[in-house]
Amino acid sequence: MIKLTVNGMAREVDVEPEMPLLWVLRDVLEVKGPKFGCGIAQCGACTVHVNGDPVRSCSYPVSAAADKRVVTIEGLAQGGRPHPVQQAWIDHQVPQCGYCQGGQILVAVALLRRKPNPTDQDIDEAMTNICRCGTYARIRTAIHAAAKKPAKA
Amino acid sequence: MTTRREFLQVTAATGSAFILGFNSETAFSQAGKATEVNAWIVVEPNDRVIIRYARSEMGQGSMTSAAQLVAEELECDWAKVRVEYAETNAQVLRKRPWGDMAAVGSRTIRQSQQYLRQAGATARTMLVSAAAQAWGVPEAECSAAGGVITHGPSKRKTSFGKVAAAAAKLEAPKEVKLKDPKEWKVIGKPIPRVDIPDTVMGRQRYGIDAQLPGMAYAAIAQCPVFGGRLKSANGAKIAGRRGVIQVIPMEDFVAVVADNWWRAKEALRDLPIEWEPGPAANSSSASIEQLLRAGLDSPTDVVSALKKGDAATAMTGAARVIEAEYFTPYLAHATLEPMGCTALIKDGRVDVWTSTQNAEATHAVAAAVAGVPLENVYVHRVQLGGGFGRRGGSQDFVRQGVAIAKVMPGTPVKLLWTREEDTQHDFYRPISLTRFKAGLDVAGRPVAWQSRVVAPSIIATLLKLPLKEGIDPQAVASFADQPYEIANVNVEYAQRNPHVPVGFWRTVGHSQNPFMRECFVDELAHAAGKDPYEYRRSLLSGTSKELLIMEATAVARGRVPRHCHHRGLRQLHRSSGGARRESGRRGGHQAPGARRRPGLRRQSRQRYRADAGQRRLHADGDVLGRHHHQGRARRAVEFPRLSHDAPARDAEGRGGAGAHRRLLGRHRRARSGVDRAGHLQRDLCRQRQARALVAAQQTGI
Repeated sequence: MIKLTVNGMAREVDVEPEMPLLWVLRDVLEVKGPKFGCGIAQCGACTVHVNGDPVRSCSYPVSAAADKRVVTIEGLAQGGRPHPVQQAWIDHQVPQCGYCQGGQILVAVALLRRKPNPTDQDIDEAMTNICRCGTYARIRTAIHAAAKKPAKA
Repeated sequence: MTTRREFLQVTAATGSAFILGFNSETAFSQAGKATEVNAWIVVEPNDRVIIRYARSEMGQGSMTSAAQLVAEELECDWAKVRVEYAETNAQVLRKRPWGDMAAVGSRTIRQSQQYLRQAGATARTMLVSAAAQAWGVPEAECSAAGGVITHGPSKRKTSFGKVAAAAAKLEAPKEVKLKDPKEWKVIGKPIPRVDIPDTVMGRQRYGIDAQLPGMAYAAIAQCPVFGGRLKSANGAKIAGRRGVIQVIPMEDFVAVVADNWWRAKEALRDLPIEWEPGPAANSSSASIEQLLRAGLDSPTDVVSALKKGDAATAMTGAARVIEAEYFTPYLAHATLEPMGCTALIKDGRVDVWTSTQNAEATHAVAAAVAGVPLENVYVHRVQLGGGFGRRGGSQDFVRQGVAIAKVMPGTPVKLLWTREEDTQHDFYRPISLTRFKAGLDVAGRPVAWQSRVVAPSIIATLLKLPLKEGIDPQAVASFADQPYEIANVNVEYAQRNPHVPVGFWRTVGHSQNPFMRECFVDELAHAAGKDPYEYRRSLLSGTSKELLIMEATAVARGRVPRHCHHRGLRQLHRSSGGARRESGRRGGHQAPGARRRPGLRRQSRQRYRADAGQRRLHADGDVLGRHHHQGRARRAVEFPRLSHDAPARDAEGRGGAGAHRRLLGRHRRARSGVDRAGHLQRDLCRQRQARALVAAQQTGI
């Protein structure tokens, strides 16, 4: 059994240690926020936080998340209120289809923790997730907007 | 007694809640008490209004825009509006009250705006009538606004929720008067999209997210050569593996079903599969190009798509003749959510969850594959993780998903493709090879224009529809309707269909043909020694929309900049994804589209995808070993930067006139994103250039 915390809840799973965290979350624990896009850590739609750091869960064995804190897009809000980054995403109407946006938001949150006032270059370097619809310009705008608000999480 | 309407609603509500638990807070929470005023509008006693949306939402924003059309005429309170999908099963039972459900071809607003506004006006009329009758006053003395009905003389008020039940019993008015667009308060306003909060909070549900009790998961491998068949799949090799339930061999694919998708996919990888590659076994990129190239000179199987004057004679009399060939490759759609379909077949009923651009087509395919009447099928509507034309016409993933579920009756099975399958089994944007020839007079004006397009036909091969006079309008789009005033024109189309399936991809023909046409016009301008902007002006009539757009752009720029035209051409090149100029006189002038820029390299992911699509043409087994690691994807870092100010420097830090030109290219890109979002984003609206492009759009393109 592998123990991990998912969005604040202690969970135990009986799976192969090499099973990617993405599929443990999606198919075993039924947490659907992390998405499958490429399966090879290229697109970032599967991004989750493990102990606060963004990882591409499609290529991250669940055993590596043992006894760690996993946060998905569903677990970002505090007390039902959107995280400031989520709010910025709403304010600036960032998503189109939205499939990649959970991952984009989680990477942006981690970036802002590290660099509360990122430059465009910081954003470009951190935000390597792919958006097929092409919302990159609005993602930049929303990150700058979120940076101007006091970040909590 | 349960009325038919209530019955339908309760059925729908039960279906939604039981099956998915999707957006349970937005499911028909008070379905039993809510009243359907007409097929589009349901009013709850608490004055909440449910507006039904029939087409699909994939980021283009029309779920919101369509509701705006209804709400404008309904005069409801937008803050109390919830949008829900119309059900395909009710669509069948009720004889299509929601009309076309397909979200394709940019049709949603254009085709449904009239009847959506009428639905809103009809319901408002009935709600007002019901209030007037209750008060015993003339209808004409009552009006509705913000979901409240007011009797003018007495100032009495009631709300939609209070009169909806009585209104639903009234006869619907045969004719309603729609508002003058000048009075619009909701339509055309930058209202936030209704689906975005769910998306950013992680509540949005896509086809891939279907979750049912006892669900099994399927991974599939399809024949790596189009048109091939499965010869054998040795299930013994993976029997007994943890979680593996069944191997399902089908005619042209094999599925492994397991208790989670990863286990299915891993087992499939180790499954020995033999394919019968079929008639295209020896096809290759080279053989396909050969087929197209032969079409350039073929005297047969060619039709004329536009003939004006006598181009051949005029050509011989021309002072100069310029020739060029342009080529565009196959392109995959590459929706970020790969193809997939969840299906459950039980007791003669079929339930399907899938990301589809055409829910009715999904419904029909599911019924046909399962062998049940249309009345027994339920397509559960979800958001799409990208569409771009991939999820409309073909419905191949539905055919597969239902076929797999049919083998396992009573078990819901979720089929999901890998990214590799998705890239290698698309219905690609058609490959196209076009030869241009123009004769110029001594002043450099074209007196003759010939172009021959050699390309597959989507309509003939995917839709299997007869072509009118042999012409596929998409293949010759922007050629057969080319706007330049040239006396002698001959546009020909040679339909050549390699074995690779083609489909509708974004703008379809307009994604590559204008790139070719305008680059060639640039070459003519260069040969004539003319400024390409002025050259085009001299060839466009004063009333053509192309001239209006060009002038609007120039005016919005404050002046007519030198080389302004390059912006459009470069953009066309980018969006044409790996297109190239093949041959012909090049002279000292390099087509702007052919330029390379650091940070926006030609090996975009579109190019890569096109390559991946071609790789599978080789039946040498190599194709399965190919991996995405070998390709590049365009990342944020490579994407042009948008600034709130009017910056004089571009992403590479270059300044000057070139920077403005490059920036304009960026705004053009931004605008297309805004279009898809369904409304203009404030920060972009402020940009002069964006306004110009919107203005240009309003002129008709």
